[in-house]
Amino acid sequence: MYLLILALFECMGAKASLREGVRTFMKSYDAIVIGAGHNGLTAAAYLAGAGLKVVVLERNPHIGGASISREIYPGFTYSNCSYVSSLMRPEIMRDLELPKYGLQIIPYEGGLTMTRDGGYLASYTDHDMSRREIARHSARDAEAYDRYANEVLRQCRFIKPMLMQTPPDPTSFKPRDIKGLWDLGRAFHDLGEEAMYDTIRFWTMSCTDFLEQYFESEVVKAHLAGTSIIGTALGPSSPGSAYVLLHHYMGEVDGNIGSWGFARGGMGAIARAMAAALEARGGQVRTEAEVAQVIVRNGKATGVALASGEEVHARIVVSNMDVKRTFLKAMDSKDLSEDFLRQVRNFKIRGSSGKLNIALDGMPDFPAVPKDCPALQGDLHITDSIESLERAYDDWKNGMWSRRPYVDMMIPTLLDPTMAPDGKHYMSVFVQYVPPKLADGEWSTEKRDAFGATVINAIAEYSPNFKDLILHAEVRTPHELENEVGLTEGNIFHGELTFDQLMFNRPIPGYAQYRAPVRNMYMCGSSTHPGGGVMGAPGANAAREILRDLKMGGTGAA
Amino acid sequence: MTQPPYKAPLLESPLHSRTAPLCLGNEWTRWGGYASVDTYLNTEHEYFAIRNAATLFDLSPMRKYRVSGPDAARYVSRLVTRDVDGLRPGRVAYAVWCDDLGKVLDDGTIFRFGPDEFRICSQERHLCWFLDCAIGYDVNIEDVSERIAAISLQGPRSFKVVQALGLNDCRTLKPFDMTHFDFDGGPMTISRTGFTGDLGYEFWLASEKAVSLWDRLMEAGQAYGIRPIGSRALDLARIEAGFIVPLVDFMPAGEALRPSRGRSPFELGLDWLVDFGKGHFVGRRALLAEKERGRGRRVVGLDIAGNKPARDALIYAGRSKQVGAVTSAMWSPTCKRNIAIATLDRPYDTMTEGLWVEIYVDKERKWEKAMAPCRIAARPFFKPPRRSATPPLDY
Amino acid sequence: MSAAFDVIVVGGGHNGLACAAYLAKAARRVLVLEAASDVGGAAANREIAPGFTVSACAHLLHSLHPKVIADLDLTRHGLSLSASDIPTVALDTGGKHVVLRRDQVMESLTAHSAADAAALPAFYRRFMSYAAVLQPFLTAVPPRLGGGGRQDRLTLIKLAWAVRKLGRQEMREFLRVIGMNVADILEEAFESDLVKGALALDGVLGTSFGPRSPGSVFTLLYRLAGEAGGLRGALAHPRGGMGSLTQALASAARASGAEIRCGAPVARILAEEDRTSGVELRSGERFAAPTVVSNADPRVTFLSLLGAEHLDTGFVRRVSNLRQRGLVAKLNLALDGLPSFAGLKEADMGGRLVIAPGIDYLERAFNHSKYGEYSEHPAVEITIPSIHDRSLAPEGKHVLSAVVQYAPYDLKRNWDDAREAFTDLAVETIAAYAPDLPRRILARQVVTPLDLERDYGMTGGHWHHGDLALDQLLMLRPVPGAAQYATPLPGLYLCGAGAHPGGGVMAAAGRNAARQVMAMEGVA
Repeated sequence: MYLLILALFECMGAKASLREGVRTFMKSYDAIVIGAGHNGLTAAAYLAGAGLKVVVLERNPHIGGASISREIYPGFTYSNCSYVSSLMRPEIMRDLELPKYGLQIIPYEGGLTMTRDGGYLASYTDHDMSRREIARHSARDAEAYDRYANEVLRQCRFIKPMLMQTPPDPTSFKPRDIKGLWDLGRAFHDLGEEAMYDTIRFWTMSCTDFLEQYFESEVVKAHLAGTSIIGTALGPSSPGSAYVLLHHYMGEVDGNIGSWGFARGGMGAIARAMAAALEARGGQVRTEAEVAQVIVRNGKATGVALASGEEVHARIVVSNMDVKRTFLKAMDSKDLSEDFLRQVRNFKIRGSSGKLNIALDGMPDFPAVPKDCPALQGDLHITDSIESLERAYDDWKNGMWSRRPYVDMMIPTLLDPTMAPDGKHYMSVFVQYVPPKLADGEWSTEKRDAFGATVINAIAEYSPNFKDLILHAEVRTPHELENEVGLTEGNIFHGELTFDQLMFNRPIPGYAQYRAPVRNMYMCGSSTHPGGGVMGAPGANAAREILRDLKMGGTGAA
Repeated sequence: MTQPPYKAPLLESPLHSRTAPLCLGNEWTRWGGYASVDTYLNTEHEYFAIRNAATLFDLSPMRKYRVSGPDAARYVSRLVTRDVDGLRPGRVAYAVWCDDLGKVLDDGTIFRFGPDEFRICSQERHLCWFLDCAIGYDVNIEDVSERIAAISLQGPRSFKVVQALGLNDCRTLKPFDMTHFDFDGGPMTISRTGFTGDLGYEFWLASEKAVSLWDRLMEAGQAYGIRPIGSRALDLARIEAGFIVPLVDFMPAGEALRPSRGRSPFELGLDWLVDFGKGHFVGRRALLAEKERGRGRRVVGLDIAGNKPARDALIYAGRSKQVGAVTSAMWSPTCKRNIAIATLDRPYDTMTEGLWVEIYVDKERKWEKAMAPCRIAARPFFKPPRRSATPPLDY
Repeated sequence: MSAAFDVIVVGGGHNGLACAAYLAKAARRVLVLEAASDVGGAAANREIAPGFTVSACAHLLHSLHPKVIADLDLTRHGLSLSASDIPTVALDTGGKHVVLRRDQVMESLTAHSAADAAALPAFYRRFMSYAAVLQPFLTAVPPRLGGGGRQDRLTLIKLAWAVRKLGRQEMREFLRVIGMNVADILEEAFESDLVKGALALDGVLGTSFGPRSPGSVFTLLYRLAGEAGGLRGALAHPRGGMGSLTQALASAARASGAEIRCGAPVARILAEEDRTSGVELRSGERFAAPTVVSNADPRVTFLSLLGAEHLDTGFVRRVSNLRQRGLVAKLNLALDGLPSFAGLKEADMGGRLVIAPGIDYLERAFNHSKYGEYSEHPAVEITIPSIHDRSLAPEGKHVLSAVVQYAPYDLKRNWDDAREAFTDLAVETIAAYAPDLPRRILARQVVTPLDLERDYGMTGGHWHHGDLALDQLLMLRPVPGAAQYATPLPGLYLCGAGAHPGGGVMAAAGRNAARQVMAMEGVA
């Protein structure tokens, strides 16, 4: 009870001082958002929509962060970080009217895995088509797939409502946290006894073990397992990797659960639409405005100092940077407790992914796959066994890029005519695993090129004319992702998505509700719940918490 | 060479070469991965042929599983809720199978070919479950769906057609009996079964002989007004017969995402299919507990005032409290009754009056709501003597 | 049906015997049926050469529950420790070994790394406080979720309360680390690879984890929750080998009136009218009893002894998906004298000598197991129990007992073909630290996971009758529907390591099962 009263006083105090601040400092900004990634823009747009005067400060000359498309090679637009869209929450697209500002998501057809023996396994959006396809490899697995998909969808149903919710603090006695925990417990309870056990198992078991329960065919398992390792520091046989399978089903395009799409014009179209939505709401984006430090006075964030020396003041500072960058680089350590800093240092953010962006003079041949197979529009893989995924992971653990990497290739220009000249193609190649630090020293240009060659050679084994078609290739290792995009250690999710860094543990236990330890400062990046992927949920959730502190809740933030 | 799945997502029935040219309206539906005729041209004519003459329905997309081996009888007995020990070779039984919680996974028919050989037929796919059930049993489970074609001959004059084919032995077949013939040098099974609640026979034989049988049946049936029917006409007949269909009248427990959607045999009104005396079967302990506790809801037949079909309508007790919903409904041309199959919460499933159905009526794109009183009615709604008379009545 | 026995226990391993002893003590007429010629199961001795006795499988006590010792008066029945609170020695190739003994900072640790010496006590205390949260659950019946009753809810509330009681900061830390991997947590706290490797070993010993596998922190906590010789997180040697413990349990059971029959392999568990009615031996002999408790692993119990016909399919599917793939082999050596470990003080020779010099060493050893290979450089846990207990070997001679990890059950090569090469490898691995070892070997024996399955009836050769992983623990152990010792078939119970709280010579499963049997009398 004592704790409860104390907690109440604490939050009342915070609210009163915030409101006072808003009144006295009307001439400066109400809110500064550091970083114009999709979450920063989302948070900013919601805040602007609620009537706050908002500025987004971006280090680069372009906006988007990891939701970006750029013309690196003349005539070609690369989505050179993230490359597909499905996790983007539909409620955010609606609230921010993104279609009005040019956003169009085009769903694509499944994907395929080529096998070493010259065959392939495809997945299609049509259920009967997919079933017949799997049956080519195993009649039993074709039926097991329905069962598997049902189980994963059941888990999605449980998890989805949590994406747009602030994680409750399990140590708190605040009514709101208790209610949050109660709701969580209730949703869990509503699953029914059997499904409750299955849910615990699903969240703790490995992807391999989970798939083994359903499938016998090696290529079917490998095809599905790929999604469980993307961006993680886990292998498919590591406990806790099964739930990452959800990512493939959690997304939707226009209510079609589990379907994936391209943003027309590249992933930058998402950021562009968000920026336009922000500006329409009176907000402002400043590029080439690198924040050097967050200014803290009397335990409150009051603004930021730019690298240029300029100071920008605001009542609220929101960071879209990852948690390490925010607190270890952009803040003075004396403004934070040693205990908090230790926890930030211990935050696990090992990168494991690389990216190749390739301009192609034409459509490459894949002899394993008929030319008219519609699944070529989707994700193309060349890893046909769990064991090869696992061995790729072993290389990463040993500080090497995978000698036989898992690649997720896509040719968005098959559907999106805007990204390359007619007849030519842009290929996005996502690569797993690539370590942030190599066992034999730092990344260098030579090593980067050697890594690029490894990937290109691996693809060329399945496409004889691939190398001849390459006009230009951009190779990005975690080193580039860190230095060019600002992702610490090149981690695409702003922090690993393991149990110890999810929900109320994300990013730091006790700081999972978007509030930083410094008053008037917030976090809105993928380091916060529910994590990475071009979802927008962290940004929207952070905005909702900010407006709540300002007693401006219920103004459009879902 | 077979087409890759992306060029031919749907399987063709072995009878496709016969059904496709006859499907003049080109109205197809999907059934278990097959293209299946929805309506050849006129659903009404097809329906009346079921009740008045003779009809052919391509049943080949049904899933057929051969169960054989020393433990086959024990296996089937544990799989389904009803007693099959008493099922003699040459007999067929309708049955349901449940998960551990006693919720129905599907229904189907079980054919006993011999002491150690069965065939299970169902609308949906169950290979994984049947294989799971085989753990610990010396039994062989084989999906023979694509090897065996099936044609359903239904209607009061169907025996005439059988006779015209010279299969007089069928005269003594009682409902749920089956017998075997040689057809074009291969085995053919005829069972007196069907989904119409009328007199009828189902023919089972190797897929490559199916076309020949279809042609012979059509030819023999010429004199008796035979016509092919699609699934829409069949659906009308099955509602009159009071049969429930998975995914329509209830959610099979294996496919439901919400755990509360599963339905026990008691809730489906299939108490007679549960035999607690036969030893253990899957779901037995859960069903015993439910029997003690009492079921939460029940599938019932409804007789609704007026003549507006109450498809997907909500049911109220006393006009305001929602107590259930209609899952299948039609105006029955044969019974001249407005009938429906519905699920009602307990205790409303025994209410004798005060139930209302909320029907939305389309009056040339102007929608109106009508509240119609209804009462619980016995199923089948239509049960002519010819359905079970043996030998078949001359009709 | 009238029966001479109230309860039949299938299998005379330590859990079966503990269960029998508890039930007999409570005046139930109990019959224990053991297939082997003597009791003990995997907690037994083996004479590997005339006069050389060694604990055949398990060789150290770390979790034998004190309640069991007290309740069954095991000391009176002959249980004693030849050494307790023995230290762990992290063997170093350079001879600069580090001695670890719970939270005590030993000289060798300070010399090795002052920072780690400073970090150890706090780390240990923190982990012991987390282990204390779990400790009461070792002797509780795991709660059912949702469908359960008052008792189940009470257990869950107790767990929540135990976590809350840690205090706000520690509760947060607990909720963070509980699902982590032991490598990350050790990287946060320590700098020395040798120290991290030795500590990490306890998180992966007997599991299918590597130190980088999430969940390995939980296994570590689980181990720390146990106690030996009155000390939590300590290790002890039973006098006379592990077999003496099971003999003491057998003696306690007999003293209370239980009958124990060895050489009596059970072929079937019988059921009539949907409840257990007794068992049938392989000889055809039948024994009737209304209650049967199985110490066999869940797969054997349900699929071989009982049969799927009495069970539901979903349950059977869960049982057949149980992960039960042993990854540990045991090396037993008869030696003509003490081997000399370079740089090891004589006083430390009696400790637990550990070859796990680093997280990466362990992780690489683990990598092989994923592909059906045994580690080229395995992790090894060595004890020389004859130092403490002269009864185990002739005068001047010794026995060495070593757990060798990873050695997967599903080896791509056949174990019978690989046995000699593997034994050589294990000996060489130790000889890297004790060069004279090969010369001192009088007899050697390796127990592979395949041997464990063939000789001890453990499916997959798994010590714990199923992986101790988060998805197979507590209310999920061995599978939902049988996690409260009672099984779907009324009258049939589990009491082995496959049940909560799992393996590790705890005897807690046997005790808990006995209590559950009595609690459910008259209910089912």
